[in-house]
Amino acid sequence: MKTLPSVDVVIVGGGWTGLLVAKELGSQTALSVVVLERGGPRKTDEYGEDMDELDYAVRLRMMQDASRETVTFRHNPAQRALPLRQFGSFLPGSGVGGAGEHWSAIFPRMLPDCFALLSHITEKYGAERLPEDHSVQDWGVTYDELEPYYTRAEVLMGISGKAGNLRGKQIEGGNIFEGWRSAEYPTPPTKIPYFSAMFHDAAKSLGYHPYPVPAATTSQTYTNPDGVSRAGCTYCGFCERFGCMIGAKAQPTNTLLPVIQKCKNVSIRTGAQVRRIVHDTVQSKGRVRGVTYIDATGQEIFQPAALFFLTSWTLNNTRLLLLSKVGEPYDPATNKGTVGRNLTHQVNFPAASLYFEQPLNRFMGSGASGITVSDFDGDLFDHSSLPFLRGGNLLSLSVGNRPIANFGTVPKSVKSNWGSEWKKAALHYYDRTGSINFQGEHLAYSGNYMDLDPTYKDHFGDPLLRLTLDWRENERSMAQFATAKAVEIAREMGAKEVTAFSGLRRYDPSRYQSSHIQGGAIMGSSPHRSVVNPYLQHWHMSNLFVLGASSFPQNASANPTPTLMALAYRAVDHVVNRYLKNPAALA
Amino acid sequence: MSATSVGGVLVYSLDRQLFRLSAQANQSIRIPLRFLSQAEALILAAAASRIFPSDEAGPGAREAGVAVYIDRQLAGPWGRDRYRYTHGPFEENAPAEFGYQGQATPQQIYRQGLKDLKGFDRLKPAEQDQKLKQIETSFFFSLLRQNTIEGMFCDPMHGGNVDMVGWQLIGFPGPRMSNYDDVDKHFGEAFRPKPVSLHQVTGRKIRPSEDRE
Repeated sequence: MKTLPSVDVVIVGGGWTGLLVAKELGSQTALSVVVLERGGPRKTDEYGEDMDELDYAVRLRMMQDASRETVTFRHNPAQRALPLRQFGSFLPGSGVGGAGEHWSAIFPRMLPDCFALLSHITEKYGAERLPEDHSVQDWGVTYDELEPYYTRAEVLMGISGKAGNLRGKQIEGGNIFEGWRSAEYPTPPTKIPYFSAMFHDAAKSLGYHPYPVPAATTSQTYTNPDGVSRAGCTYCGFCERFGCMIGAKAQPTNTLLPVIQKCKNVSIRTGAQVRRIVHDTVQSKGRVRGVTYIDATGQEIFQPAALFFLTSWTLNNTRLLLLSKVGEPYDPATNKGTVGRNLTHQVNFPAASLYFEQPLNRFMGSGASGITVSDFDGDLFDHSSLPFLRGGNLLSLSVGNRPIANFGTVPKSVKSNWGSEWKKAALHYYDRTGSINFQGEHLAYSGNYMDLDPTYKDHFGDPLLRLTLDWRENERSMAQFATAKAVEIAREMGAKEVTAFSGLRRYDPSRYQSSHIQGGAIMGSSPHRSVVNPYLQHWHMSNLFVLGASSFPQNASANPTPTLMALAYRAVDHVVNRYLKNPAALA
Repeated sequence: MSATSVGGVLVYSLDRQLFRLSAQANQSIRIPLRFLSQAEALILAAAASRIFPSDEAGPGAREAGVAVYIDRQLAGPWGRDRYRYTHGPFEENAPAEFGYQGQATPQQIYRQGLKDLKGFDRLKPAEQDQKLKQIETSFFFSLLRQNTIEGMFCDPMHGGNVDMVGWQLIGFPGPRMSNYDDVDKHFGEAFRPKPVSLHQVTGRKIRPSEDRE
């Protein structure tokens, strides 16, 4: 093993949070910063050549290579976990920019009560309303504390949208249920395609409060305070699973990297797969000394540093902590330990499938153009007499339908799925079909967690991460409730035929739901129930910060990127203003 | 393998039946197979044609070159399982939601599946449908069905969707650079721009994954 000269800061993972830290430390300080990214560099000027559904959306060329490393999955601890031989229900990224290169770019904030979820539910409904096996927690940070950082993230990316709550003043046409905002969105909402426009009108006529999806695919040319400019979206329909060919979609490579490249104190090493965090630990207190990684040529390297940021996505953050024996692994049998607990995956399904008489021109759109209805989100409706807690959003997205993924969807009345009859129906319905999706909260449960798999290994021979995860009655009841609401709106939209979602049964690891998988290194106000403190600093190792959705104690209905960016901004602020002056525990 | 060029449009005819013949002189050229034997390719083409037939609703797998597409995919990294986690132990009888858990590569699955369909290309269409119904629930069939859809609607650089027949069939315009002026218009009526391939859009020849690794 080769040991390199020590640097000030090592960042493990070059996605949204890692490159945000690199940009902030690179421009605000003189510290020497090294980013270790396991994947390769991106040829962003060639993203236009990637508009190939087969290689990118079906074969997942931008994502983590499952042949080298995947995860194993089981529904409960009594089962033997099996590897996900190809990724299905979520899609981890790899390469500079991480999953932030191929995200859909939907950018909503979380509701204020999400951050104090345990307190809120207990006060309003009583602790006995929570499921017996829940492990719901407060975050240790409030919405009010995060608000300025949400705004900074929105300004960074030029988010397109319409405010519904400006400093407490409700504004029609925006999300009137959202937490207070200190500023309007930096750019106006994206254009609204036909299917989403129909959803808007139907929801409104039913008395709901539809509003345009907040989008990091900017609606017009935008220059952020760093002087970084991006073009407006052209609605080509190649967002999710692709890099944006004109850079209208905010991606770490077109938002953060241009600033980083001007910082002489920051370097990004690609092809650097970190395998261990090396630390000195005495009686649970310790310090990280360095990380070991395999470089692009296959050589093993030890990189010492003074300060470390682990920013490698939910799953890899958790796995590296477990592999490196940083902190105590969570044990569901004893409820002891913290690393791996509170694994959640957003409740996400097509609540209603709609079949129309008229064509919809569904090939036009962007990953984040559409309309949301939040009337059934969070605790915005009374749950006293309902069989579940919390809720979520109904979305009519117009992402730009591509044919391999979408051809073949036919109403239930068509019985075959191949041959002439099917072909005829599939041709007819190809551009006459849409779905209203539900995206809802997932409570944390003591039995949903991550640990290391005893059987399956990665490319290097290290154990794979094992997910133990299943739905509970709360999610199933919530899904049933949301499905009925979606069907109501679908009928109002004038669809000729509406198919309701058949219901959540077992968690399905092969059906794509979202890449909003969270937990494992959660934040909180107690070292006994969380891995990091409210500044995302490791409770026992003050020179280690763990950023990303791994820190979310439970899953909100909102997409995670705005919140993980706000938390990252806040963590960096506290590092620059407090930690660097006195490198010690911040909480 | 024979193919016929009709007015600049390549029409593959793996089952030796020419489709959309014009009055022009037909020219026979040979399409080299990368993985399949000619006998296997004929069976595959016949099966794909029953899944996505050429009929009064429009062209199908034969005109789109689905068999050529699948042959290239099988010869490429996907066919060799380059992208899949292939460490054991293998739990062949895992519930469907775990995805395919077997050890066989797509190359091996096709080789066996086509062997089991020996003589298929000589059957009458109704007999072919009967035969496919018998294997409808097999993993081979689900793979064949999925790959047939891919071959119908992929970018033409992959060997399928020849002359963008699949895209024309459904009104998909391909990787169009901008829908800015149209995305919030044409409500309730079909808007069908002429399809463009990635090669046409970028002006460059792009190497698909099956030609790279």
